[in-house]
This record gives sequence, C-alpha cells and structure tokens, in this order.
Amino acid sequence: MNSLNLNRLTIKRALELLDEGKISSVELTQACLERIKKIDPEVKAYLYVNEEWALEQARLADEKRKAGEHGKLLGIPLAIKDNILIKGHPTTCASKILQNYIAPYDATVIRKLKKEGAVFLGKTNLDEFAMGSSTENSAFFPTKNPWDLERVPGGSSGGSAVAVACRMGLGALGSDTGGSIRQPACFCGVVGMKPTYSLVSRFGLVAFASSLDQIGPFALNIEDTALLLKVISGHDPYDSTSAPREVPSFTQILQENANTKFRVGIPKEYFEHELHPEVAKNIEEMISLLKRLGHEVKEVSLPHTKYAISVYYIIAPAEAASNLARYDGVKYGLRVEGKSLIEMYKKSRAEGFGREVKRRVMLGTYALSAGYYDAFYLKASKVRTLIKQDFLKAFEEVDLILTPVSPTPAFKLGEKTSDPLQMYLSDIFTIPVNLAGLPGLSLPSGFTRESLPLGVQVIGPHFRDDLVLSLGYQIEKELDLETIPPIVKAL
Amino acid sequence: MEFEPVIGLEVHVQLKTKSKLFCSCSTKFGAPPNSQICPICTGQPGVLPVLNKEAIHYALKLALAVGAKVNRLSIMARKHYFYPDLPKNYQISQYELPIAEGGAIEIEVNGSTKLINLTRIHLEEDAGKLVHDEKKPYSYVDFNRTGIPLLEIVSKPEIHSPEEAVAYLKTLRSIVRYLGICDGNMEEGSLRCDANVSVRPKGSSSLGVKVELKNMNSFKHVERALAFEIKRQTALLLEGKTPVQETRLYDEATQTTHPMRGKEEAHDYCYFPDPDLIEVRVSEDWIEKIREELPELPSAKKARFIKEYGLSSYEAGILVEEKPLADFFEDTVRLYAKPKAVANFILTEVLRYLNRDNISIEQTQLKPEFLAELLSLVDDGTISITIAKQQVFPEVYEKGLPPKRVVEERGLKQESSEELLRKLCEEVIKENPSEVEKYRSGKKGVLGFFVGQVMKKTGGKANPKLVNQILTELLEG
Amino acid sequence: MGISIDEVKKIAHLAKLELPEKVAQTYTEELSKILDYFASLKEVDTDNVQPTFHPFTWDTPMREDEVKPFEDIQAILANAPELLENMIVVPKVVKAP
Repeated sequence: MNSLNLNRLTIKRALELLDEGKISSVELTQACLERIKKIDPEVKAYLYVNEEWALEQARLADEKRKAGEHGKLLGIPLAIKDNILIKGHPTTCASKILQNYIAPYDATVIRKLKKEGAVFLGKTNLDEFAMGSSTENSAFFPTKNPWDLERVPGGSSGGSAVAVACRMGLGALGSDTGGSIRQPACFCGVVGMKPTYSLVSRFGLVAFASSLDQIGPFALNIEDTALLLKVISGHDPYDSTSAPREVPSFTQILQENANTKFRVGIPKEYFEHELHPEVAKNIEEMISLLKRLGHEVKEVSLPHTKYAISVYYIIAPAEAASNLARYDGVKYGLRVEGKSLIEMYKKSRAEGFGREVKRRVMLGTYALSAGYYDAFYLKASKVRTLIKQDFLKAFEEVDLILTPVSPTPAFKLGEKTSDPLQMYLSDIFTIPVNLAGLPGLSLPSGFTRESLPLGVQVIGPHFRDDLVLSLGYQIEKELDLETIPPIVKAL
Repeated sequence: MEFEPVIGLEVHVQLKTKSKLFCSCSTKFGAPPNSQICPICTGQPGVLPVLNKEAIHYALKLALAVGAKVNRLSIMARKHYFYPDLPKNYQISQYELPIAEGGAIEIEVNGSTKLINLTRIHLEEDAGKLVHDEKKPYSYVDFNRTGIPLLEIVSKPEIHSPEEAVAYLKTLRSIVRYLGICDGNMEEGSLRCDANVSVRPKGSSSLGVKVELKNMNSFKHVERALAFEIKRQTALLLEGKTPVQETRLYDEATQTTHPMRGKEEAHDYCYFPDPDLIEVRVSEDWIEKIREELPELPSAKKARFIKEYGLSSYEAGILVEEKPLADFFEDTVRLYAKPKAVANFILTEVLRYLNRDNISIEQTQLKPEFLAELLSLVDDGTISITIAKQQVFPEVYEKGLPPKRVVEERGLKQESSEELLRKLCEEVIKENPSEVEKYRSGKKGVLGFFVGQVMKKTGGKANPKLVNQILTELLEG
Repeated sequence: MGISIDEVKKIAHLAKLELPEKVAQTYTEELSKILDYFASLKEVDTDNVQPTFHPFTWDTPMREDEVKPFEDIQAILANAPELLENMIVVPKVVKAP
C-alpha cells in the first residue's frame, strides 16, 4: 500500500494504478475509510458511512476489473451529498423530518455512477434541504472547515467539499441552487462545478428549487471534475427539464483547448460590492494571469446584478415551499401525532423542519399567495429574464466571464447565523448564474495570509461547460497550487 | 315573483389511458390497495413528472369534438392544498393557459335543442382514495388512483334546470364514450360532477349567491340534488333571506343537501407554473391528425339516422346514445334492409333486456347477423313476431345461439298448413257457440278470442295471418 | 413593505406550520426585514418583459402510454409511519357523509 498517497491521489491517477494492478479498489476504499475514521470526527463531513457496503462495492469493482471490465470510474470511492437518493440507504437532507427515510429508488446520477463502477462511501452533510451557505443549518451537526476548524466550510454542500478536501473520498457530488457547490469548493480549496441547468438529471435529487437546482461534481482538479461531469450528465427521460442533447467528452476537450485563447469578461458590477481586500487582490492577480496567458480580458456589464439576491430569495423559497409541502408525516418521515389531521400536519412540520427551512417555506408561501403572486413571484420571474438577458448580451462580446466566488473567504462558525439576510448576501456572485441557468466553475486561486483558500469563478454560456472547464484547466496548470489542508498534512 | 336557477357544471372525466399521467403505473380499476404505485405517484422525495402523450391526445380529441380552441401552448401548474390522498400536497393541474378554451355542447330537452357553452377544458392528475374507519378515529389512504389523468370540463352558467343539467351530463358522457377516452361510469367515479347553483329573479341578468354542490354519484343524484337546492334557495329568497356562499354535500339517504362539515377553509391554492414541466406545446400537424381521426359524434349520427333511415328523432336519439348500440343498429341494417323494423326491435326487445341486466350491447352475445336472421324468419313466415319476441329472442340473447337453430331445436316453426288450421278453426267455432252468436250480432272484436283459442291449440305457432283469414271466412260465411 | 403578525399567522396556517405566539413575533420581524430588502425590485421596469419560469425550454417531452410496474412497492410502504393492510393510516379525515 506504499503506492497509496491519498493526499496527492487524483481519480485519474487512481484509475491508472488500478488498471496497472498496483492497488485494488478494496485497498483504496479501505484507505478512504481509515481517513474518515481519523479526520471526520474533527470536521464532521459525513452523515452516514457504511463500511461494509463500501467494501462490498469495492470487492465487486475489483472482480469486474479482473473480468476485463472498464467502467469510467470502476472502483473509485466517492462521497454523495445526502440529498441524492441511493436505493436502500438513508437520505435525510440533514433534516429531522427525513431522519429515518430509506430511499426506495436510485437517483439517475447514482444509476449512471453505478454503471461506471463507482464505489459509494456514504452520504455527506449539508444545510437542511440544501438551504444555507455554511452547512450550519444541518439538523444534526455543523461541518467544519479543514483549513480552520473554527470556520464554516461553506454550503450547502459543505460535507462533500470537506470530504474531497480531506481526501475522505476521491470525488463527490453536491447540488447547487444558488452557489451550494461553488462556494464550499472555494472555502475548502477544491474544484466544484455547477453545470448548465438541464445538463445533469435532477431525478432523485431532493428538490429545493426546481428551476435552479443542479447536481455537480467536486474533485481535486479540473480533469477529475471533467471526468465526473461526463459520467453524470446526459439526457434523462425521467426528467422533463433534462436537455435532449449529446454530451461531449470534457476530458478530451481540455487537452484540445489547452492553448486556446479566450475573450474573458470581467463584470464591473461585481466590483461595486464590498469585497474582502484579499479577495479583491486575488481577482486582480487572476486578471493579470489571464493576460499573461494571452487571453483577451475586457470589462462587461451585468446591470441587473443588484437585483439577483431579491429575485433568488423570492423564486427559490416559492419553489421550495411547494416542493416541501410533501413532508407532512403521512407517507414517510417524521410524524408527530396530533388531535386532528391538521394538527398532525402542523406539529410534524414544525418539529421536523429547522428554522431556516421554516423561514423559507413561510417566505415562499407568502410570495405565492393570492394577492402577492404578481408583486413577488411574477415580478421576480420577470426580473430573472432581465438578469438572464444581461448574460446573453455579455456573451455576444466574450467567451467566458471571470468573477470571485464569494465576497469573503470562509467566515467563522456562528458569524452569520443570527442574521439571515447577511447570510443571503454572501451568495451574490453565484446566484445570478443559477437564475440564468449557466455553467459555473469554482477553482482554487490562492490563499489569504491566514492560509484560507481563495477561489475564482468561471462562467460560460449555456451548454459551454466545456469552455468553462478549459479555462479552469489553463488557470489550474499555471497556478499549480498545493491544496492540502493542515489537518490532513499533519497526519 | 318568479325565480330561475342558474347552474354551471364542473365535470371530471377520468381518462382511460393505460398508465398514469406522470408515471408508468397502471390505471386499472379495482386493484388491491397500493398495488399500483411507484415513487413518482406517491410523491417520494426527488421524483419528477413526465407527461403521458396519450393523455394530451385524449384531451385534444375532446377539445376538437366540442369545438373548443386548443391552446398551442398550455401550462401545467401546481395547485396546493394539504390532504392525505394528495401525496405531494399539490395537484399538478392547469390554471392560466389550459389545454383548451371555449367550445359548446348541444343538448336536447323536451324536444328542443340548446347550446351550453364551455369555459375551459383542462388536464390534471387525480387524487388517491380515502377509506374511513367507522369505529376508530382513523382514515386509510390508497394511492392506486393517485395520478390517473383527468379532464376537467367547466361549463358556463347557462343551465337552467335539473333536466338540462342531466341532459348536458348525458350528452357529455356520450361524447367521451364515442371518443373512447373515458368509461363514463359515474358509480365507479370515472365521471364526476360538481355543480354551482344560484337562483335569481327571472329576467335578471345578475347572478345570485353561488352554492357549490358535491357528492353526486349518478344522474339521479344530480337531478335530485339540484331540484332540492333550487327549492331551498328559492324558499330562502322568498323569505327575504340570502343563501350563504358555501359547499354543500348531497345526501342520498335523505335526498337533501347540507353544508360540508368542518370549518370551511378560505382556499388559497397558491397556483404557479410547475417548474418540473416545460410548457405543453401542441403542433398544428398533431391537431390536424386528430381532427381527421375524430369519429362521427352522437349529434351528427342522430341527424344522419333520421335522414338516412327515416327514423323518428326519438328513435334516433336513443340509438345514438351509446356508440356500440348505434353500430349494432347499422350493422344489422346492412344485413337486413328494413331500418324501421330493426330500430323498433332494438328499442323494445333488445333494450328491455339490456336495461334489465344493466349492461351494454357489447357485453352480450348478440350479433347483428342474429337479429337480421330473426327478423327475416318473421318476414318469410317461418315464425310469428310473437314467437320471435317471446321465445326465440330470449334464447338468442341468453345463449348466443343463431335464431334458426333455436327455431329448429325447439320446434317453433310456424304452422301454416291451411288444412290443419281450417280444421282447428272449425273446432273452435263449434266449441264456442255463444261467442259465435256475439260475433254475428256485430261484436267483431270477438275475433281476437277465436284467434287466441287457435293459438292455444298450436302452442302459439299458428300463422296468425292465415288463422285470421280462415276464421273471418268461416264466421262471415 | 413589511408584514403583520396576522399575515404571518395566516401564512403559517397555509403552510401547515405550528406557530407559537413568541415565534410568530420573531418571524414577523425577520420576514419584514427580508421583504423590505425585496422592495428594490419595484424600481425595475418589467412592463414588456416575459417571466422566466425555466432557464430555457424546448418541445415538451412526453412518454408513450405504457405500463411499467414499479418493482419495489414494499420499499415505498416501508417508510410509512403506520400501515393497515397496505393502506397508510392517518388521523380521521373529516368525512363526507
């Protein structure tokens, strides 16, 4: 097992070692499980780890490999955000209301991963029903940032980001409704991608806001991200909003575009916001780097950016209020008995949902209720059109857009929990991308003086996930950062 | 003061697609509880709906059949309310931009026709079923019905009597059955009707306070519930009171309506376009194709039956009510070219048995060739019409035997030997001198008595025409 | 804009959330603050703007009308809090006579 240095092991390298017979999937899975045992009590990324199950899958993968099968992820241990269903295993969404729920079916992304031979280690922590930006809204426990245990890992896919950052899995899936993959990836120093809306099937992803949700990968580098994305994307007849189109081989395109020069836009409105000085400095460095690489950098305008938070916090809660109506104690999940049916509903939901979820359900119900629909939901949906048009117009002039991921690096646990609005405002750079349905990539771009990771976001036109990854790949190669959190290094 | 009722009907038609509206579960009626369910129709976390093409196809058929305007782009919307038989606690339905708007249904009441205009036709999913425990404070949920496609057909408030309401329902049922999109079985709930009723002074154009009526599971219920409700509201108005806007349930046992129990919730359905479903687009080609495939509908068929076969409006009306019966009629006429006689036999004999057994023609063993053969046997004198009706037809109907075989096996062939019949007639005259006296004194009606006696002696097989002729000859002579 | 405590209670009822008086007050304050923030949307001219309900659309996907029974109904029913003869038990629903 000497060949197994988890800290520098990418999926690509692991596949080579597996194919060469230098390691087995059981050894690899075992190594991840040991890492989980050592580090997870500190960072609390996982809600559920099933060793026996993981090793069984690994054994099966090893047998398949011996039989000459070559799944694209055969034997690779992954972590899955706990709002994606794997048949026969718990899916809690980090909510008390689903605490004992066992998934009766596989999400489409899970079927695709199983087909390619991936090994599931377990399910990772999140803000309850993916509502949050810090993973502090988990009903069970907060996840901690491995770079500084007093800080949040970001959210809502904090568990998946931390699992990958700590090498407690070679890759992971998260979901991104307003930044829930990109922001934790940034806070934890890993790569995270929100694909174009409709590229990845949402069937089996517990819905938060249906017109914004998208599943996406976390990995240590762009190549692995591209590989995972290729496996999980593609048309799904079980998702009416899934794009009926062919998905290219992203990994191949990365090589083809290794020296392609792009026109990159910098949206001026994103700099009108209060930026943490080190974030501001870092983005300037990134702009210089792009120029150095020969890309054309120009300013673009996204004039409706300032309305994005309002639009998002009307549309997302409205859809969420509707999507979460089904958790009522009748057919699954927590039931709190009451004197009448209505009382059972009210008690089950009041006890089953946490504060933030209830807040958003209330907000969303209000935005949809008679008399307020036009002023809130409809109005927000119209401004959403303008936000989308801003991007479409910008993409007439540039191929890609570069922005910070978050106005600040990882903040302290508890720092923003008392003020929901402050928490909402921290998603300003990621939210517009979901509203417009665009692909967005978050990749490490440096560190603060306190050694907190910084990240940069690459945004592309609809279905140009390939270009987004291509520019990310060029930046990553040029930067060549070492992103191993101290807690991992200390092992 | 005279009052007039104003009635609008909301009819739910359960489409007979093989699978549900948004998932591939079976729609078969009567399966064991929760045996036709899946993650999608039980609203498990993470599931998504995918439209059943056939359901749209059926919706378009009805829309075109009633002359409604098809919306080339329609929107599926979520209608929210918490109820245990609605697993997502929202129903996927249509709100703004339904699949079709407008259209009309022509009804006939007391011989005059009238057009009832429609507001809209929209597509939605059905809810599950609740079984209530009589002894314990529990209800039980069965999701088999959850997600079966429904069309809601909303009429304008242009119905002004219970009879018109029933005529509207029957016509609508007949249309959906012709189109093959719904069983139209009110008892099994495949056709459901709610009514909005108000009463206003005759001649007034404003609408009174609207009461919604529910729980009417047959045409009779609809008629009685409406009649009761109109009487109730009229009485209130006469007392100078105003009816309360509310939902009332029809109670079959007392044949009255009463307010739905429990606090009436001010409903706020929080409608919004379902983000899981893209707008439903219907191509012009598809619409045209359906238009071409539309069958002849009851009203057109009726007109044709009157014109082509010389039937009365009454006869044609009954024959076209059910397409299989209309087809049976036409198939028989093709083999036996006397439409009046065929219609007459169907309307009396055939329908008597169908009504007795409460089944429709295609559930019997009757075939057009049997009826054609039976009527031919009467024509060529092999059997009398009485024998045909009383002895042959029941066998054909019950056992599915060809009439010729029934006649042969049971020896029902008509007795037409003049020699034999004359002998019998002479016997009868000899045996009843007093009746002969009556006849000869001018009471010609007694002839029937003599015919009856001859029939008795032949077990009903005597050729009645011949017997009549011989008797008259003998008595007059 | 703001929201009154009565409206908050009405919304909680609509959303089927039990809401103790004390919490209702907190929600009223929090939601009012958030709704105030939304007020800036009013300044956007959207008179001739179509709403976006989906990031993009194409022809409605439709399935063929085929029956494919789900293979593991028990896995669905196993999550039910209470069952009787495969039916889900709930507190009595106000019954139509």
